[in-house]
Amino acid sequence: MIKIGIPVFPGSNCDRDVEKVLTTLFKVKTEFLWYNKEKISSDYDAIIIPGGFSFGDRLRSGIIAAHSPIMDEVKRLAKDGIPILGICNGFQILVESELLPGALIKNDSLKFMCKWSKLIVKNNKTPFTNNFKLNQTFSIPIANGEGRYVADKETISNLQKKNQIVFQYQENDNPGGSFESIAGICNEKGNVVGMMPHPERVFEKLLPKMGLPQDALKIFGSLTNYLGKSMILKTKIRRGY
Amino acid sequence: MALLTRSELKYLKQNLNRNPNVLEKEIVAAEWSEHCSYKSSKKYIKLFPTKGPRVLVGPGYDAGVLDIGNGYIITIHIESHNHPSAVEPYGGAATGVGGVIRDIISMGTRPIALLNALRFGPIDKNMYQEKSKWLLKNVVRGISDYGNCIGIPTVGGEVEFDKSFNNYCIVDVAAIGHGKKSNLISNRADLGDLIILAGGLTGRDGIHGASFASKKLESENRSAVQIPDPFLEKLLIEATLEAVNKKVIKAIKDLGGGGLSCCLSETSDNLNKGFEVDLDNVHKKYVNMNPTEIMISESQERMLYITEKSMFPKLKNILEKFGIMYSIIGQVKNHRNLVIKNKGVIIAKMPSKLISHAPLLDRKFKIPKYIKKLKRKNEPKKPNDLNKILLKMLSNINIASKKWIFQQYDQEIGLRTVIRPGYSDSAVLRLDNDKFVSLKLDGNSKLCYSDPYQGTLNLLSESCRNVIASGASPVGIVDHLQFGNPNNEDVFWTFRESIRAIVDFSNFNKLPIVGGKVSFYNETEYGQIKPTPVIGMIGLIENEKNIMTQHLEKDQSIFIIGITEENMGGSEYYAEVYDLENGDVPSVNLKHDRIVSKTVMNLIKRGLVNSIHDCSKGGLAITLCEMAMPKKIGLQIYLNKIPNSCNRTDFILFSETSSRFVISTKNPDKLKNYLNKIKGIRFGEIGTSNDSGIIRFYDINDNNKKIINLKMDTIEREYDKINEIMEN
Repeated sequence: MIKIGIPVFPGSNCDRDVEKVLTTLFKVKTEFLWYNKEKISSDYDAIIIPGGFSFGDRLRSGIIAAHSPIMDEVKRLAKDGIPILGICNGFQILVESELLPGALIKNDSLKFMCKWSKLIVKNNKTPFTNNFKLNQTFSIPIANGEGRYVADKETISNLQKKNQIVFQYQENDNPGGSFESIAGICNEKGNVVGMMPHPERVFEKLLPKMGLPQDALKIFGSLTNYLGKSMILKTKIRRGY
Repeated sequence: MALLTRSELKYLKQNLNRNPNVLEKEIVAAEWSEHCSYKSSKKYIKLFPTKGPRVLVGPGYDAGVLDIGNGYIITIHIESHNHPSAVEPYGGAATGVGGVIRDIISMGTRPIALLNALRFGPIDKNMYQEKSKWLLKNVVRGISDYGNCIGIPTVGGEVEFDKSFNNYCIVDVAAIGHGKKSNLISNRADLGDLIILAGGLTGRDGIHGASFASKKLESENRSAVQIPDPFLEKLLIEATLEAVNKKVIKAIKDLGGGGLSCCLSETSDNLNKGFEVDLDNVHKKYVNMNPTEIMISESQERMLYITEKSMFPKLKNILEKFGIMYSIIGQVKNHRNLVIKNKGVIIAKMPSKLISHAPLLDRKFKIPKYIKKLKRKNEPKKPNDLNKILLKMLSNINIASKKWIFQQYDQEIGLRTVIRPGYSDSAVLRLDNDKFVSLKLDGNSKLCYSDPYQGTLNLLSESCRNVIASGASPVGIVDHLQFGNPNNEDVFWTFRESIRAIVDFSNFNKLPIVGGKVSFYNETEYGQIKPTPVIGMIGLIENEKNIMTQHLEKDQSIFIIGITEENMGGSEYYAEVYDLENGDVPSVNLKHDRIVSKTVMNLIKRGLVNSIHDCSKGGLAITLCEMAMPKKIGLQIYLNKIPNSCNRTDFILFSETSSRFVISTKNPDKLKNYLNKIKGIRFGEIGTSNDSGIIRFYDINDNNKKIINLKMDTIEREYDKINEIMEN
C-alpha cells in the first residue's frame, strides 16, 4: 500500500485536510511527521507538506520550518527522487529550504485572498501532473497572504528553459501578482513541486452542485497514478481524478 | 478606576462579616462588572426558554451544546469585542476571535467555523468616513489574520453601517464547534486535583479590561486592550483537543474578561469546590507584577485545566510537545472558598459563590420620546426614474456586496464548507454524521431603533428564513444584545422590548436560546448606539438534497411567497433615498410567519425549489438582483402579479415586509398546486428568468411600461461599491 508522509509543524493547519483527501478518496496510508523528528524511515512513497502558518509565520513565512529537523530528512528523500509536494505554506517551506528556487512574498494587494482561480498546466510530466493534458485549465481555491512568486531574471529564465513552471494563473487573473503568473514550480528533476493553491480543498463532493468542478483532485490522482500500485486506485482514476 | 459602588461594597462587607482588603475588592470588582456579572440583565435573560430536546447545555456555560444525533454534538458561542476594537481595531477584533474559540475548545469540541457581525459608521457621505474606513479595514484584518492563522474558516457574516456607530464599532464573533458527545467535558473536580494555568504569560495587557467594557468609551485606554497571538492559540487548540481525546482533563475554563479573578471564582463555584491558588506559581511576563495585576490581567491565549495528580504527567507531555508554557497554580479543596496566596501567605479568602454572584440591579426604564415622533407618517415624493433608484439602492453600502471583506477570510479550510459567502442566505458546513449545520447572524439597528420589539421580531424571523433558504430547519438561537448605557432609562426600555420579542418568538416557535451575551455601555461622547440585538440562528440539514443556493438559472418561473405591505419605517429605501427614519416598521405576525416558513421547508423537501432567497433588507427588487447576478441571468418581472397592499410602485419594490421568500422553480404547476392547498398563504408567479442578462420589470397598470430595464454589468458595477470605496 502506498504510504505518504505529511510533515506537521507547530502552526500547520491543512495537515488534517490533506490526510482526509488522501485516505478517503485515494485510500492510501498516511502518517503525520512531527517537525522535530530527526530520522524517518525510507519507505515513504511521497511527502506532502501541508499549508498553514508554521511557527506563526514569524520572521518570514516558512523559514523557521525550513530549519527544523524533519526538513533534513525531506531533503534526503528529495535527493533520492521521492515525489515531494508543498502546498501553500508547504511551497513557502520548500523555497526557504532551497529545494525550489525563488521566493514568495506578500501579495501585491497586501491582503490575504481567499477565492477560486483558474490554473493552466504548463508541465504535465511531474508526478503530480501526469493526469492532466498540457495547457489544460482547471479551477482551484487559493487562500494566502504571501503567494506572490518572485525571482531574479536568471532564475525565471532558467525555470522557463528547463520546463520548471508547472502551473500558471490565467492571464487576467494573477491574484498575488506573481512573476510570469507563476502558481507552481518544480525542481530540475521534477520530483519536488510547490504550489500556492489548495488542491485538497476540492474534496467536498457537493462542490459540483455549487458549480465548482473537482478537477484539481487530479494532482493527487497523478501521484497515485505515478506510484500506481493499488487496485482501488485504478478505479479512482477511472472515476476521473 | 472606579471599583465597587457604595451599596455593592456594603453588601460585600455584610456577607464577609469584615472589611475586604484591596486585592479582594479588585477581584470582586472585576467579577461584578456589568461585563462579567450581567447584574442589569440577568433578571431578564432568565426569562428565555432554554430547554429543548437537542439542548445538552444551555446558556451560562462557555458554549451552548446541541445534540445532533449519531453520538455527535455541535457547540456554539457568540462574543463581542466592541470597546477594544473601537480603540485598537486590529488587536481588539483579533482577540475577540481568540476568546470565542477558547470557549468552544473549553467544551472539548474542535472549532469548525467562525462568523462575524460588524457595525461601523458610514464609510461614505459622512464626516467621520475616514475613521470608519480605518476601523473597518483593521477590524477585518484583525479577524482575517487571527482566524486564518488558527486554521478555522470564517464562513459568513453581516455588516451594517449607521451614523450611530460613528467613532465606534460593534464586533461580534460567533464560533461553532463539533465533536463526539463522549468527549464533551463534564467539568468535575475532586479534592487534591491540580489547577493548571497554561498558555500565554500573564502580563499587564488587558488590565481592567472588563471594567473598561463596562463603562462609556471616553478615554482611549489602550492598555486595557489585549494583545493577540494566534500562533499560541493554534497550539492551545491542538493541545487541548489532544488532552480531551486522551481524557486527561477533568474540567476546562478559558480566561477571558476579568482574567484569573473571574475564571477561578466562576469555575470554583460551578464545580462546588474550593480553590487554593498561589500567585507566585503563575508564569508571568514581568517579575515585579503585584497580586492585583496578576488576578485581573486579561492577557490572551490562556486556559485553565483541572486534572488529577495521576493524569498530570500525560497532560504535561502534551503541553511540552506543543511547547506551551504552564504552571501548577493550586489545588482543589473541599471548602467552597477561593483562597489566594502569595508565597504561601494567604492574601485573599472569600466564598466563590459570593464573588460569582453579584447583587442584581433593578434598572429603571421609560419609553423614549423619539419613538412617538418616528411613528408620525411623512410620505416622501414619488420618484420618477426607478432605474436610477434601484442602482442607488444597490450601491448603498448596507446592501452592496461584502466581497471586499469576506475575500480576506479563509472560508474553506477544514473541508467542511459547502455553502460559502455569496451563495446562500446562510453558511452550510458538513458534519461528521453526514448532516449539515447552517448558521447565520442577523442584525438591523434601524428597525430596532424605530421599534425594538418589532425590530427584534423581524431579525428573528429573518434569521429563521435565512437558514431555511439554505435548506435547513432552525434548531436553536444565540443572541447578542448590545445597547447603550443601562442607567439611561430610554436605553433600558429598548433592551426590555428586545428581550420581550426574543421570549415571544422563542416560545411561539419552540426554538430554545442556547447561548448569548449582553453588552451595555456602547456609547461614545456622541451618544448611545442604536439598539443592536444580533441574532444567530442555527439550522440543521438532515439530507444533502435539500441544500439550496440563491443562484438563479435561466428558464425558470419565479415566485414570491408572502404579501408585500406598505411599512416603510426603518427601511433602507427611506434611509438611502430620502434620509428618512419615520413610519411604522414591518410587523411580524408570528402565526403567518410560521405558516410561510413551514410551507417553504416543505417545498424544498419536495424538490420543487431550484433557487431561493429570503426577501428582506432592500426589498424585493434587491432580492431579485442578488439572485440574478451570480450567473448573469436576465429577468422579466410583472408587478401586478406581486401580492401586495401598497399604494406605490416604489414601495412594492423596496418594502422590507417580513415573512417573504423569492423562489425559482422548473415545476411551476406542481408548485402552484401545492401552494393552493395551504391555508393562509399568499403567493404570486411574478415572472421568468432568461439568458439575456437584462433585468426588466413591467407595470401593466402603467401601459405595460418597463419601469426597470437594466443590464447586468451596470448592476454589478453599482453592487461593487464597497470595494471601490475601500480601494480608493
